[in-house]
Amino acid sequence: MAFEDQRTTVYKINPERPESETLPTLRTEELLLNMGPQHPSTHGVLKVILELEGERLVKSTPVMGYLHRGVEKLAEDGTYHQFIPHTDRLDYVCAMYNNFAYCRAVEKLLNLQVPERAEYLRTIVAEVQRIIGHQFWLSAQALDIGVMTVFFYCFRDREILLDWFDELCGARLTTSWYRIGGVERDLTPSLIDKLKQFLNYFPPKIDEYQVFLEKNRIWLGRTKGVAVISAEDAVSFGLSGPVLRGSGVDYDLRKYEPYSAYPKCEFSVPVGKNGDTYDRYWIRVMELYESVKIIRQCLEQMQEGPIMADVPSVTLPPKERVFTNLESMIQQFKLFSQGFDAPPGEIYCGTEAHKGELGFYIVSTGGGKPYRLKIRAPSFVHMGAFDHMARGYMISDACTIFGTYDVVMGECDR
Amino acid sequence: MNPLLQRIQQTFSVGVTDLAEWRGDVAVTVSRDKLHEVAQFLHDDPGMDFDYIVHVSSVDWPDDEERFEVVWEFYSIRKRHRIRLKVRVPESDCVVDSLTDLWKGADFMEREVFDMMGIRFRNHPDLRRILMPDDYTEGYPLRKDFPLRGKGWRDTFDFLDEVPR
Repeated sequence: MAFEDQRTTVYKINPERPESETLPTLRTEELLLNMGPQHPSTHGVLKVILELEGERLVKSTPVMGYLHRGVEKLAEDGTYHQFIPHTDRLDYVCAMYNNFAYCRAVEKLLNLQVPERAEYLRTIVAEVQRIIGHQFWLSAQALDIGVMTVFFYCFRDREILLDWFDELCGARLTTSWYRIGGVERDLTPSLIDKLKQFLNYFPPKIDEYQVFLEKNRIWLGRTKGVAVISAEDAVSFGLSGPVLRGSGVDYDLRKYEPYSAYPKCEFSVPVGKNGDTYDRYWIRVMELYESVKIIRQCLEQMQEGPIMADVPSVTLPPKERVFTNLESMIQQFKLFSQGFDAPPGEIYCGTEAHKGELGFYIVSTGGGKPYRLKIRAPSFVHMGAFDHMARGYMISDACTIFGTYDVVMGECDR
Repeated sequence: MNPLLQRIQQTFSVGVTDLAEWRGDVAVTVSRDKLHEVAQFLHDDPGMDFDYIVHVSSVDWPDDEERFEVVWEFYSIRKRHRIRLKVRVPESDCVVDSLTDLWKGADFMEREVFDMMGIRFRNHPDLRRILMPDDYTEGYPLRKDFPLRGKGWRDTFDFLDEVPR
């Protein structure tokens, strides 16, 4: 690596003195530094033990688990429906996509078809969530690196979408809007209007974020050529999402294992070249434009229709029927207290969340509860490559590298 | 039959104990001594070319003779196919070969399996607990005999009497 020649192991006190004099030398040894778990740029509670030589990172050991809540164990104790709110708390910044990934996995286990309108609704809301996720990432990363203005601009726009979520399902962050077999409720005309307004309002704002960053010497200096990972290493480490695509690997489940309404939409997958922090930033900003495109197409193509699959043994009855009809109430009660009978078997279903591949591996032995549920969390996998990517960079770059993974510890520790 | 499974069956006459395909997922169960060999084949063979590791997981079947099941899931970026590799481990000798030499990402994932299920990985570079504290001695939380509410010091808590108002 290029940093080798910059290292000095013996520091002379006064280099102008003649060589013949006995020079006092400074003792050099590696320094251990704990970063976190309460550091603002560690995105929650992550501790990293850094071995330093001067200000260069020689080795870094992530210490995780401060937010471990045993979600996989909890899943074994509840029915499939009861686990949906738990998925909100995995990646609490982007709850919708976790719901989506989980519901898709259960639907694959049950071999359940979701109605077309529900697929469009799911795609629209998932893409809105992707915009929120990337805005949150951009603001946090910029703040870590020292560009504070972008943080305020991103949060201003993110607030509009969070209010939109609030109107959609009554919650801003822990949404639980997806259901197995469909979605909880439909978009109202007011929501559609607001979303259309936002789609017109938003693209110029993305340009604005870029103006702040792409001509900013500090931003360029701290992202270009920082935390480079080659395509082979990125694949071998199992990185996914923008972190993998930044290294030039074209891997996006929305394109190559298409699901929901994505195959009916036209969009491109931005792929980087250099595998550095700047490329990963560029990919995420380009994905903002793509998300806007996808939402526009979905709103145009969407037809009227049911929003929940009609399989009474699995899917929940409409809420208004629960309050007026005895059988529907019994059905709702049975589904929540006993759950539905899932066939025995095992499936893995991966979904392209904005952080990367969020997968659920479910083992069922029949009955209403999963026998084993494993969450393949992109943040956890990305932390595995931290040491590899941080080696040789400065301490201050460690913050950049947490940021570039878009790590959320709730998902990492589960 | 799936061409991937056919290919594996032809290559390994012994060692492959089960081939399954369900809901489009392809799964291969191998015996413990053949694990690394099969994994090497999946990684290196140009027809297989599984270069991407998806997850490492484990399942506990307390009533079975070989109690634990370790599960690796691989994907091929170029060929765009998936496979699941499974191996059974008895409780008395909870050791399997580590696949960290083939897929670097297996490092953290296998540490998680060790932490949660207590399965040891031979030749793993740094097999320590990852989510639970290093000095945690109450067992392995995801085993079926580990109570949902945890065990150890929490059992010694007394219930408080109702506080008079």
